Amino acid sequence: MASASDQWVQCAKCKKILFKPDFEQAMRVCPSCGHHHRLRARERIAFTVDPNSFVETDADLRPADPLGFPEYADKLAKGAQSAGENEAIITGIATIEGHRVVLGVMDFAFMGGSMGSVVGEKVVRCFERGLEQSLPVILFCASGGARMQEGLVSLMQMAKTTAGVARFQQARQPYIAVFTDPTMAGVLASFASLADVILAEPGALVGFAGQRVAAQASVGKPPANFQTAEFQMEHGMIDLIVPRKQIRPTLAYLLDIFTGGARV
Amino acid sequence: MTIFDFEKPINELESAIQELRQLVAEKGIDRTREIAELEAQRERLLRQIFSHLRPWDKVLLARHPKRPYALDYIRLMCESFVELHGDRLGFDDPAIVAGVGKLGAYRLVIVGQQKGRDLKERQRRNFGMAKPEGYRKAMRMFQLAEKFRLPVLTLVDTPAADPGVESESRGISEAIARSMLTLFELTVPTVSVILGEGGSGGAIALAATNRVLMLEHAIYSVIPPEGCAAILWRDPNRAPEAANALKLTAEEALRLKLIDLIVPEPLGAAHRDPQTTALSVRSAILQQLDELSQMEPEALREHRYQRFRQMGVFQTAAP
Repeated sequence: MASASDQWVQCAKCKKILFKPDFEQAMRVCPSCGHHHRLRARERIAFTVDPNSFVETDADLRPADPLGFPEYADKLAKGAQSAGENEAIITGIATIEGHRVVLGVMDFAFMGGSMGSVVGEKVVRCFERGLEQSLPVILFCASGGARMQEGLVSLMQMAKTTAGVARFQQARQPYIAVFTDPTMAGVLASFASLADVILAEPGALVGFAGQRVAAQASVGKPPANFQTAEFQMEHGMIDLIVPRKQIRPTLAYLLDIFTGGARV
Repeated sequence: MTIFDFEKPINELESAIQELRQLVAEKGIDRTREIAELEAQRERLLRQIFSHLRPWDKVLLARHPKRPYALDYIRLMCESFVELHGDRLGFDDPAIVAGVGKLGAYRLVIVGQQKGRDLKERQRRNFGMAKPEGYRKAMRMFQLAEKFRLPVLTLVDTPAADPGVESESRGISEAIARSMLTLFELTVPTVSVILGEGGSGGAIALAATNRVLMLEHAIYSVIPPEGCAAILWRDPNRAPEAANALKLTAEEALRLKLIDLIVPEPLGAAHRDPQTTALSVRSAILQQLDELSQMEPEALREHRYQRFRQMGVFQTAAP
C-alpha cells in the first residue's frame, strides 16, 4: 500500500485511490475490491477488544541471539525501530463484548512475524494463563514461520507452543485462532492449526511451504487459489472465513456458545 | 555412487586394500605386510579426517547414500518387528514405517522415517518426506502405544515434510501439529533418535518425546542450509557457510540443551559399520527406556511438558 499523500492511499490489490479516513474507518479493507490489508498488532487489538479493556502481559520479554547468527542482532534492532515493537507478538488480557479472554496478536511487521524464543514463550504463557485463570485463549496469527536466525531453538518453539495447547485442553475453555495474512510454515504447523475453532480473513495466505517450493515438489500447476484461506477452507482446514468487520462479533458469539453452558 | 571430497582418499585406500586382498585370494601371494600397512594408513587418515569435520561435512554424512536408514536399524537392533500399515483415512505413506516389536527387555511401538536405497525405492519412499497420511499413521501408532501401555520409539531421518500441493490439500501443517500434540498427551515413555537428517517440521513432528538422542554425525535444523543460504545471501551455493551459522550438529544441539545424548558412531561414520552403530543406538535407547520406565504415567507427561517448556533463549528488560 503506497501512500499517495496524507489524505489518500492506494489499494495494494485493485490499485484504486482511496480516501484515507474512509479506508481507516473500514479497518483497512478496500471498500472497492474488499482486499484486507495487513494490520499492525495494536490496530488489531483496538478493533477487537472492548475499549480500554486490554492489559498487556509479558511486555518485558526481549529476544536474544542464542547462535550468534550473522546479522541477527542488527535485524532485531532494525525490526524494533521500524515496527516500534520489541517482538512479533503482543499478548494480554482483555474483554470482547464482555467476555474476558487471554489474547495474543502477532505482528508481521516485526521480522515477518517469525516465531523465535520470545514468541514461543509468550504463546505458552497465554495458554498457561488461560489454564490458571480459566479463560478462553484467542490468538491472531500473522507469521512467515519459524525464525531461522534462532536455528534449532526456533524449531523447538513449535513443540513448546504445541505442549501449551496440549496442557490448556485441561481448562475446558475454548481456544480460537484467527488466521490473518500470512499464516505460514512453523506457526501453521504448530499451535495455529490446533485451535478448537479456526477463523480466517478473506484472501489470507495460509500454507506450509513457500509457493515456489510447493510448485517444484508437485506434478502439474498448483490451483489459482493455492494456499489462500479459501483453498484451506475448501480442504477442511479452516472453519469459517470471516470479513474483518465481523471478526469481533463472531468471536463474541462463539465465546458465548462455548462458555455459556447448554441452557440458553 | 556419490563419494564426497573428504572421503576420497579413504575410498582410494580402501580400493587398494581390496585389490591386494583379491590378489592374495587369487594367486596366493603373501601381501600381509602391505595390507597391514595400508590398513594402518587408512586408520590414521580416518582419524585425521574425522577429528575435524566441518558442519557441512556432517550435512553430507547425514545425507550419505550409504547411511543406514530406519529399517536397517530396526533389523539390526530389534529382536523382532512387525510392520503395520495405513492411516485408516484412505492412505498408507511409505515414507513412514511403523509397527510393533521387541527390543531388549521391551515390547514397544516404533515409528520411523524411511528413505530409499535405490532410485525406484527413493521415489516410492518420497526421499523420506512424509505426507499428512504418514503423520496420521504415526498418530495411530502413538494411540496404540497409549492404549496398551507400550513405550514409543521414533526414528527421525527426513530432509523435510513433503511440501507439495497434494500434501497441502490434505493438511500437512495440521498433521505435523497434531502428531506433536498426540505425543504430548501420552503417558508412556517416548524416545526419539535423530539418525540422519532432522529436517525441520518434518522431524519435530516425531521428536516431541521424553528423550531425544542424536547420532554423532546426524544434523538437526530449522531449515536446510541451502534454503538458509538462498534467503540470507540469495545463493544456495553458500550452503556450507549457512551450515556453520545454523549450528545444526549434534554437538551444538547438546550444548544448547535441546537433545539429551549423542550416540557415538564408529570411526568413519555409521555407513562404514552399520552393525556397531546399531548396537550403540540400541544400548542408548534401552538405557533411556530403563530410566523412563521408573516414572509414573502422569510424571512422564509432565516431564515431557517441562522438557520443551524450558526451551528458548530470551532476555527480560528492566522494568
